[in-house]
Amino acid sequence: MQRLLLLGDEAIAQGALDAGLSGIYAYPGTPSTEITEFVQHSKQAFHDNVHCTWSANEKTAMESALGMSYAGKRAMVCMKHVGLNVAADPFINSAITGANGGLMIVAADDPSMHSSQNEQDSRFFGKFAMIPILEPANQQEAYDMAYVGFDFSERFKIPVMLRLTTRLAHSRAGVVRKPVRKMNEGNFPEDLRQFVLLPAIARKRYRNLLKLQDLFDQESEISSFNKYIDGPDKSLGIIVCGLAYNYLLENYQDRIVPYPVLKIGQYPLPKKLIGKLMDECREILVLEDGYPVVEESLKGLLGRGVTIKGRLDGTVPRDGELNPNIVAVALGMEDTFGLPVPSLMVNRPPSLCSGCPHIDSFKALNEVLADLPKGRVFSDIGCYTLGALKPYEAINSCVDMGASITMAKGAADAGLIPSVAVIGDSTFTHSGMTGLLDAVNDKSHVTVFILDNGTTAMTGGQESPAFGRIESICKGLGVEEGHIHVLKPLKKYHEENVRIINEELAYPGVSVIIPRRECIVAVDKRIRDKFKTKQNA
Amino acid sequence: MKRDIILAGVGGQGILSIAAIIGYAALEQGLFLKQSEVHGMSQRGGDVQSNLRISDKGIASDLIPFGKADLIIAVEPLEALRYLPYLSHDGWVITSIRPFLNIPEYPDMEKVMEEVRKLPHYVALDADEIAKEVATAKAANIVILGAASPFLDMNYEKLEDAIRFTFRKKGDEVIAKNLEALKAGRKFADDHMNS
Repeated sequence: MQRLLLLGDEAIAQGALDAGLSGIYAYPGTPSTEITEFVQHSKQAFHDNVHCTWSANEKTAMESALGMSYAGKRAMVCMKHVGLNVAADPFINSAITGANGGLMIVAADDPSMHSSQNEQDSRFFGKFAMIPILEPANQQEAYDMAYVGFDFSERFKIPVMLRLTTRLAHSRAGVVRKPVRKMNEGNFPEDLRQFVLLPAIARKRYRNLLKLQDLFDQESEISSFNKYIDGPDKSLGIIVCGLAYNYLLENYQDRIVPYPVLKIGQYPLPKKLIGKLMDECREILVLEDGYPVVEESLKGLLGRGVTIKGRLDGTVPRDGELNPNIVAVALGMEDTFGLPVPSLMVNRPPSLCSGCPHIDSFKALNEVLADLPKGRVFSDIGCYTLGALKPYEAINSCVDMGASITMAKGAADAGLIPSVAVIGDSTFTHSGMTGLLDAVNDKSHVTVFILDNGTTAMTGGQESPAFGRIESICKGLGVEEGHIHVLKPLKKYHEENVRIINEELAYPGVSVIIPRRECIVAVDKRIRDKFKTKQNA
Repeated sequence: MKRDIILAGVGGQGILSIAAIIGYAALEQGLFLKQSEVHGMSQRGGDVQSNLRISDKGIASDLIPFGKADLIIAVEPLEALRYLPYLSHDGWVITSIRPFLNIPEYPDMEKVMEEVRKLPHYVALDADEIAKEVATAKAANIVILGAASPFLDMNYEKLEDAIRFTFRKKGDEVIAKNLEALKAGRKFADDHMNS
């Protein structure tokens, strides 16, 4: 059988396409970006006219996917774990409304924070919403779960979450495809009031969701993604979730695991299977990538009864992603190691590219602020966050998408004047616009830098929803035209840029400064693509 | 047959191309493969690595355990040293000796090379220089691949085929240059294996 070599992310995309997907909605975010990009580059998706353009943020993506589900078609929405925070309102309520066409929410978590601000575990969110969660152990399961998840969603008229972590998202392996299914014809929801969450209806819908819980429990007991694999040595029982299963097997190559193992790939947790394991084994070890979600629920508040080992008792480190060595140690095996890292080793953190326009922006900003006490520049998430590092050390905060403008406003309200915000073009339309409106309405003394490099750079150069619209958005939100300045962040304009920034810092109201120059990586790519087209012509 | 390989370099140096070529050759031989990559923030000039696992049997973990890598293939010497905890006791390090200087406190190059020379099994070469001589500077990563080729337990011709496939859209000249780069790397390794 032909195997396709796919990233976990790509396997999800292919599984969804083969299941008759009509639309994918997302805002780029590591490690989830490649799901949508795969659909964007898929001939199959192009041929079938599958919707796949980027959304402005995760909330708009989630709502659009819900709308597509309302209209009877299969929709997928993808985000990184913190993106789910942005989409939380429609996400939680989509469990109350229920789905019509199959609806799948993919949350890609990032334990160890390779490219993130925290390592929150989306399984908590799935449980919070009271919807079923699928968690693949490998690329094939990622494909299979995306494929069958839509059937599940339509059978119970409920959104389904698919949760994975960075290592699976960004690791390739062979995947075998299933038959391609046709897209749904559109149809209206059976009950047209189902999506009207007025209190009286919402109460009814919520009771419906509560009633479904027993059915979800039953499904988990018989799911092929939850497997009880017996073993002769009952001194230990192992509950292993998602990708952690591979790390377990890595430690038992060419032999079977001596202990009974319960492999979890579908939630809510299968109570009967867990009960069986706990009855038969003296101790339980829980291996899960992310928070101790399963471990905590088994332990309960007091932790009495069967001994549960995992992240909470130190058998497994409390934070960070799992790996085969951590699992070996948890199993009481001898750890393995190669040679030590030589003492001369230094870190090589990511840095702004040579020729990056942000460098010129930070140099100008630093010069203007040089004589003031440090600590008045609020920023958020994008390549420009690297401005926090040496040699620039130009920004003082990075909390969440859009927080630059609102935190600068709050600090200005507290009397920190001048107060500066540094945000990127794509982040501005993701979550900065509403904050700017607050600042305008309050006539806050803030200077907002919208660093416009024309792309969503950090995640690999996706098109920016802000492209060509920033000045008109700012004007539309009420920023005075005389206080919107477009600068060219280049060395030769440095003096002029410094002068304009100085003037605007003194202005006791909202100023917007837009240093505009194309991302250097995007320029490079554009030239290469042009060359390629020329050659192929 | 099993090869666990750590590929190391700095974001943008082309380690994923090396992985893709080895991966293609492995698949063509019906081998199993898992390859974990780094995407996102680190790609901006940070240290990047890829875990490439090839086997004639199914592969469990996407990550190579510490002390189990058969090979470290690095396009930058400091990055070769960064992943030594993964190297097995009889494993080989194949590395370029050309530093990528994008950090202010890069250690003294002579000391870095001292550490490389301490390794039990290594091939160290100036891939940029060799690439410039036989092809173009851009083919430095292919020179490194050539130098690693004796250790891959793979037919050399299969790697050539994989290069032809990988660069198929770039024309015959690019393919020819990369094949030259591969050959030059291979020759260097054959002449300079330290043990």
